[in-house]
Amino acid sequence: MSAVTDLLQQVVEGLGSGAVYASLALALVLIHRFTGIVNFAQGELAMLSTYVAWQLVASGMPYWLALPATLAVSFAGGMLLERIVIRPVQGAPELTVVIVTVGLFIFVNALAGLIWSFTVKDFPQPFPDGGLDVSGVRMDWSTLGIIGVVAVVMGLLYLLFQHTSIGLVMRAVACNPASARLSGIRVGWVLMLGWGLAATVGAVSGVLVAPVLFLEPNMMGGVLIYAFAAATLGGFDSPVGAVVGGLFVGVAETLTGAYVDVIGADLKVGVPLVIILAVLLVRPQGLFGRAAVERA
Amino acid sequence: MSTITASLGTDRVRWLRPTLTVLVAAAVAVGAPFYFAPFQVFQLTMVLVYAVALSGLNLLTGFGGQISLGHGAFFAAGAYTAAVMLDRYDTSHLATLPAAAAGCFLLGLGFGVPALRLRGLYLALVTLSFAVFLPPLLKRLEPVTGGSMGLTVNKMQPPAWSGLAEDQWMYFVVLAVTAVALLLARNLLRSRVGRALLAVRDNESAAEVMGVRLSLHKTLAFAWSAMFAGVAGCLYTWVIGFVSPDSFSFVLSITLLAGLVVGGLGSLYGPLLGAAFVMYVPSVSQDVSEAAPGVVFGLLIITVMFVAPTGLAGLPGRVLGAVARRPPRTTAALDRMPEAESAPDAEPESQALSGPSETHTPADPAVVDAEPVGAPPRTEKE
Amino acid sequence: MRKTTALRAAAAATAALLTATACSSQRGQDAQDTTAGGACKGQQTTGITDKTIKLGGIYPLSGPASAYGTISKGVAAYFSHVNDKGGIDGRKVEFVVRDDGYQPPKAVEEARRLVEQEKVFAVFQTLGTPSTAAVWDYLNKQKVPQPFVATGASAWGTGDQHPWTIGWQPNYVAEARVYAKYLKDARPKAKVAVLYQNDDFGKDLLGGFKKAVAGSGVKVVAEESYEVTDPSVSAQMASLARSKADVLLDVTTPKFGSQALAADAKNTKWNPLHIVNNVASSAAVLKPVGFKNVQGVVSATYFKDPADPQWAADPEMKAYKDALHKYAPDADPANQFNAYGWAVASSLHQALDAMKCPTREGLRDAVRSLKDVKVGMLLPGVTMSTGHGDAFPLETMQLMRFKGERWQLFGKPVDTRKEFGPAAK
Repeated sequence: MSAVTDLLQQVVEGLGSGAVYASLALALVLIHRFTGIVNFAQGELAMLSTYVAWQLVASGMPYWLALPATLAVSFAGGMLLERIVIRPVQGAPELTVVIVTVGLFIFVNALAGLIWSFTVKDFPQPFPDGGLDVSGVRMDWSTLGIIGVVAVVMGLLYLLFQHTSIGLVMRAVACNPASARLSGIRVGWVLMLGWGLAATVGAVSGVLVAPVLFLEPNMMGGVLIYAFAAATLGGFDSPVGAVVGGLFVGVAETLTGAYVDVIGADLKVGVPLVIILAVLLVRPQGLFGRAAVERA
Repeated sequence: MSTITASLGTDRVRWLRPTLTVLVAAAVAVGAPFYFAPFQVFQLTMVLVYAVALSGLNLLTGFGGQISLGHGAFFAAGAYTAAVMLDRYDTSHLATLPAAAAGCFLLGLGFGVPALRLRGLYLALVTLSFAVFLPPLLKRLEPVTGGSMGLTVNKMQPPAWSGLAEDQWMYFVVLAVTAVALLLARNLLRSRVGRALLAVRDNESAAEVMGVRLSLHKTLAFAWSAMFAGVAGCLYTWVIGFVSPDSFSFVLSITLLAGLVVGGLGSLYGPLLGAAFVMYVPSVSQDVSEAAPGVVFGLLIITVMFVAPTGLAGLPGRVLGAVARRPPRTTAALDRMPEAESAPDAEPESQALSGPSETHTPADPAVVDAEPVGAPPRTEKE
Repeated sequence: MRKTTALRAAAAATAALLTATACSSQRGQDAQDTTAGGACKGQQTTGITDKTIKLGGIYPLSGPASAYGTISKGVAAYFSHVNDKGGIDGRKVEFVVRDDGYQPPKAVEEARRLVEQEKVFAVFQTLGTPSTAAVWDYLNKQKVPQPFVATGASAWGTGDQHPWTIGWQPNYVAEARVYAKYLKDARPKAKVAVLYQNDDFGKDLLGGFKKAVAGSGVKVVAEESYEVTDPSVSAQMASLARSKADVLLDVTTPKFGSQALAADAKNTKWNPLHIVNNVASSAAVLKPVGFKNVQGVVSATYFKDPADPQWAADPEMKAYKDALHKYAPDADPANQFNAYGWAVASSLHQALDAMKCPTREGLRDAVRSLKDVKVGMLLPGVTMSTGHGDAFPLETMQLMRFKGERWQLFGKPVDTRKEFGPAAK
């Protein structure tokens, strides 16, 4: 293998990790667009959905039946969660809501451990084994599959945000619930819809990454940090930004980890940090975010 | 501006009440280590340590309106400053305190510069990635920090003249530092800096127009806040006698923020309540369910936020307010629909509370500062 | 109005304080540690009577390391099992479990609670290097035994500052030596790539390995670390593949072990001999990867894997599975951490039986003078031995290779003491 092939192979690995980060970042962006908050529990909810899918498959349901069932359960669960857990604190300071999601994070993580134990579970892989080999650079079907699904979800979200009335409604709600309500928008339903959709996107993410990361209650904990980084880099408003940010973070950390000896694999987590900081200092709204307009 | 007018209240009684409260609080605080068993004294000591860190975070988040998820890192920096000085240079314990404070102040100053450009969410996430980055960095600096095995250092020993046990002496030392730190936090807020911070939090643009030097104050807020976290870290090293990189994971940062919000943002005694929550509730959770303490702990955080959306410090006020004024408005405060209220700073009943009514909790003279805040300005909206 | 409220509050608080001090302070009770008479005169008998013995364990039942919390269930099941059969030397065991969430300050708090409030006889066990390091100064100062800590760092046996603390499982250096010896014999010219967890566990094992192969033809040609907070090790595996090493030493914990094995199986261009360390060698780690993908993987062990069918008829394994079913029905018997708990608890049972005096000093001395003690859950040929200058109970491991659907032991148990001499810092 030549040095160039090696480099490309590392880039492919980085894209693989990046797609994992991007998949969860999409859910984070979605919930932020709908409700204006950062949901710390998003990764754990995705993990919980994945366990639901695992349980269904383990009890004999075919994979392609279990998948839509899981997505439906996640959607309903997300809406229910908004109604029961988030609604009571909706009017409170924003940080209160964020801390409720921290509580949810701890709760869901421990609950999954209680029900399914911390032993690693094998999760069925929807994509075939093996992969492409382009002049010595290997790309697994699973990596391509994740990137493909992430791209589709991104496209759907883009359409939802830009080309449907729900996109407009939701932006109105996230910006100013009171005015939105006065203009006849049913704010409660919009927020529930946001949580439901985010949970569904999270479920897609969990089901996609579980065969690669192996399913256990802490599966999404590490992903969450990188997904935050991806969303921050891309702009918390933009699905395209989340995906570009995710892939960029994945490739950047993989390459520096592999090639910059001073940094090495242990400090590679600092690389996205530096990049994010640099980007935000130049463009505080992120690469694809909308510039904040100050209300004087 | 209600804060200022309220604190200028000329009522003669306002003198007596705080004096008494302080005296009683001091008596209880000094008496405690002679009553409780050593390990309970240790728990109290840790509550004080966390309270110092939380009051620093409170300056930034509660009064400054900026969210940091990286205070665990400043805490770690303070702890390691103390541990390395004790381990490598055999300095006395007391000498490590100013070093940790100054070091973290400078570190915070450095972080305060990007904090000028970033707000709300983005600042929170950048500071979070700093907290994530620190443990591997500490492991890398093995020659100084002892790497992943950490450093074990001597705990502070009571001098012979005191006749106290180790845990009691430690408690008193930490109590003294905490008292000074809390007083400092209080005075900072009553000073020019504090007023500027509040003005900036409530309306940045207006504050700037009125001549508040925005950048200076925001940077300073970060620096002061980091300094408190560093001092708490230093105390941690004195009390625990052991530091290791994995003790300061990002979970610590999130725990600190959660503790502060649970205790009460923008209240002077919220940090104490939050520290007690962080310290005691995990043990309580375990007593409830040994199989999964996390389930109980998570539920308790959510429950507290339901019952007291503005934190435990605001709870007595809310309850008394609810009793004083019969339902129509106040019950809505607990389960207020998003339709009913939008901007978090429009909290009518709490505004009313900060006026001179006797529904105050008698515990703290600074209760006037306890109006619920914490809504960081949202940036990335139109 | 205000004045009266304040005065009332002050009065109430003062009254409360006075009442509190007037009542016998909780503080007074702590000095009454009991001592023995007779031949054991002056030794501490706190936590032990003729009928009972009280032990306290600190495990991560919450937080990031909760996977290890289940060890406490194996331990508790063993003690319940023994109590039903009359206890240890007629003494019923009371086992108090506390949660530290894998945080050193919580471990200190819980250790103090166990010693000062629960008045335990010994702290058995603390889990993890950070938590153990945070409490061992305190426990040694209090002269409370801290036997068989659940971490393999070599620090527990190398110093002489902490006579009350001792490890149990083969320390990571000893384990590294087993692999080093195997490679020196079987592949004397091996080029080794190492994947390791960036903490005391990974560093200790890697360091021990490098020292043990020094001067031989076996060379470490690449090393990559990961953090426990990393989502995956795929990037590290890609870097290691570039080295073209012919051996991969995989020093990981369960989830990352599965990931590394899967990444190795997927990469058809690089097929090194995969050595997976003991912590990640459970069948529960290999199964999710697919047994067909892990054929020929090598590891070393010292206790019987409950997921391995070859021990199905073993009487100790049967007793373990029955007891776990009876006393911890929600625990998975196939989980090797439960079996670990069982093994370490029965080891403590042996040490308690060997005490000359039923005192804390008696236990301290007993765990430091074990002579080839056999424990049912340990592999045949693996025994506990300690003595003057040797504070590592277990230093023997046996190699195994994965074949079909189970591990097959091969070669003789390797006693690293004989091969390499005592583990030095």
